[in-house]
Amino acid sequence: MGFFLETLIGGLMAGMLYSLVALGFVLIYKASGVFNFAQGSMVLFAALAMARFAEWLPHWLGLDSLWLANTIAFVIAGALMFVVAWLIERLVLRYLVNQEGATLLMATLGIAYVLEGIGTSLFGNNIYSIDVGMPKEPVFILDGLFEGGLLINKEDFIAALIAALLVGLLALFFQKTTTGRALRAVADDHQAAQSIGIPLNRIWVIIWFVAGLVALVAGVIWGSKLGVQFSLVTVALRGLPVVILGGLTSIPGAIIGGLIIGVGEKLSEVYLGPMIGGGIEIWFAYQLALVFLLFRPQGLFGEKIIDRV
Amino acid sequence: MLYRENGQFKTTYAADQQIFPIAQDRWTILGILLIAFIAIPLLVDEYLFRAILIPFLILSLAAIGVNILVGYCGQITLGAGAFMAVGAYAAYNFHIRIEGLPLLVSILLGGLTSALVGIVFGIPSLRVRGLYLAVATLAAQFFTDWVFLRIPWFTDNSSSGSVSVSNLQVMGWQIDNPVSKYLFCLIFLTIFALLAKNMTRCAIGRQWMAIRDMDVAAEVIGIRPLFAKLSAFAVSSFFVGTAGALWGFIHLASWEPAAFSVDRSFQLLFMVIIGGLGTIMGSLFGAAFIVVLPIVLNQFLPALGGVFGIKISTAGVSHAELIIFGGLIVFFLIKEPHGIARLWSTGKEKLRLWPFPH
Repeated sequence: MGFFLETLIGGLMAGMLYSLVALGFVLIYKASGVFNFAQGSMVLFAALAMARFAEWLPHWLGLDSLWLANTIAFVIAGALMFVVAWLIERLVLRYLVNQEGATLLMATLGIAYVLEGIGTSLFGNNIYSIDVGMPKEPVFILDGLFEGGLLINKEDFIAALIAALLVGLLALFFQKTTTGRALRAVADDHQAAQSIGIPLNRIWVIIWFVAGLVALVAGVIWGSKLGVQFSLVTVALRGLPVVILGGLTSIPGAIIGGLIIGVGEKLSEVYLGPMIGGGIEIWFAYQLALVFLLFRPQGLFGEKIIDRV
Repeated sequence: MLYRENGQFKTTYAADQQIFPIAQDRWTILGILLIAFIAIPLLVDEYLFRAILIPFLILSLAAIGVNILVGYCGQITLGAGAFMAVGAYAAYNFHIRIEGLPLLVSILLGGLTSALVGIVFGIPSLRVRGLYLAVATLAAQFFTDWVFLRIPWFTDNSSSGSVSVSNLQVMGWQIDNPVSKYLFCLIFLTIFALLAKNMTRCAIGRQWMAIRDMDVAAEVIGIRPLFAKLSAFAVSSFFVGTAGALWGFIHLASWEPAAFSVDRSFQLLFMVIIGGLGTIMGSLFGAAFIVVLPIVLNQFLPALGGVFGIKISTAGVSHAELIIFGGLIVFFLIKEPHGIARLWSTGKEKLRLWPFPH
């Protein structure tokens, strides 16, 4: 029982991280109807910027406080993501309004290549570490309930907390602020939003920037766990089944979907994996999403589009 | 003045319905085929065959397959690499497990197996469409990656996980040097392109296009979506699987699952979209563009750096390649969303009216 719970909690925490990546997809899809394959590259780009600036700043400014260097690096990386968002809107999206989904998808793949190229040539392509002072040692909890207690990774726990916090902030932002309302209006109907005076172009810059910030947070968390390296790009591919499961247009869907996928992956790897050879994590998530799609094509919380196929 | 259909009267239905109704087109195609079959093997050196021509031919074949599904039937797929892998490994297993099976038969059986797998992974298309379907096809990709990596039976229990074939021959014709490999692939491409062109012109192709344009309307006029979609998946996977078998047998000769990774799927989709959705010609253009561009950039960038007195490191070149490749793709999508094939047909239209503008 203890082992099962441990796996379950591990899955939930991994799932929280998947949700973070999935959130980036959902935000952009909601506001502009673009399925953003560049999300993984944005995660890589942001994490690289953060890692490198945190490394460089102490040398440049003579800072010796890790905390301060990290904060400034985070702000600089955030500013960079804004520039990226602005450039993408200015140079690409603006010209592709009303194109087919597949064309937009390909365009974001093009953006992904450009981002990867620029990121690695600016910041280098070795493995870098982000040290934001997260505790690495595992702890035991609930000693009284089970024999030996449950082994929990503190780092994972904090990461999950940060993810939850970010989601809460985003929900507030979407529900309570004027900009958030404008974003929701654009998501509902581009034309109607435009007709009441919401500037589409600016909204797109904002939404890509928000997605960039989410990518930055995801990058920092994944980066401090696994190190910042090129393979961070594939994080996006892990996030895809989450989006499908949760529904492309739903923020709560991204969270719950992430949790389901995280738990499903870990449980299947532990209990099913040894039977059929192991390493099934990656495709299991996809099959889970696929089976799910057969019964509920719009995902868990996706908008029900009356769209017979 | 040269390219004009004036005076070419059609007196039979057959003449009216041929693939190239204009005589000049027929002569051009014939000329291109003659050059491809006779002039190129005599003139071109080995490096070009290996680096450009053979990959171009095989990937064109795969791109035609993807175009049947994405361009003609409107079902976006990100799993093309998976079907290439299925084709390659199935052909390999037929080749080594059945003694004396002719090479041609094992390649085609590889394609057929791929078609069957394609039908299975095409089933979600009956329920979902668009981007959801695209992600669903990624499932095929990751699943086959895993199967060929982890289940040793498929790779004949080879310890390194890579498989290899040797001593290929068709009816006594040894396929061992670049020229014979090139010709072998060229024959495949010619026959399959003709097949695809004709398929898209007859009843089944029209069904696919009807489903693509509006599936509800198609259903109302009596087209069965189940049959149309799954047949598109089957035919597409057959083409892609055959291309995969050729890629493994002829181009690589020894390969592992990484040869058919998700990057290959993206690459094939790029070819189709840059070349032009729903055109056979476009698949060829797109394949040429995607195959040639990285090689050109690789050769051209250091030279360009030299002109400006900048020494670009190897890593710098590969980064710049990524940036330029991505940038060009975005540029193409913005400037000509209908692909290179559209440029081609606009060019022909202009040529017909030349020297008058309208």
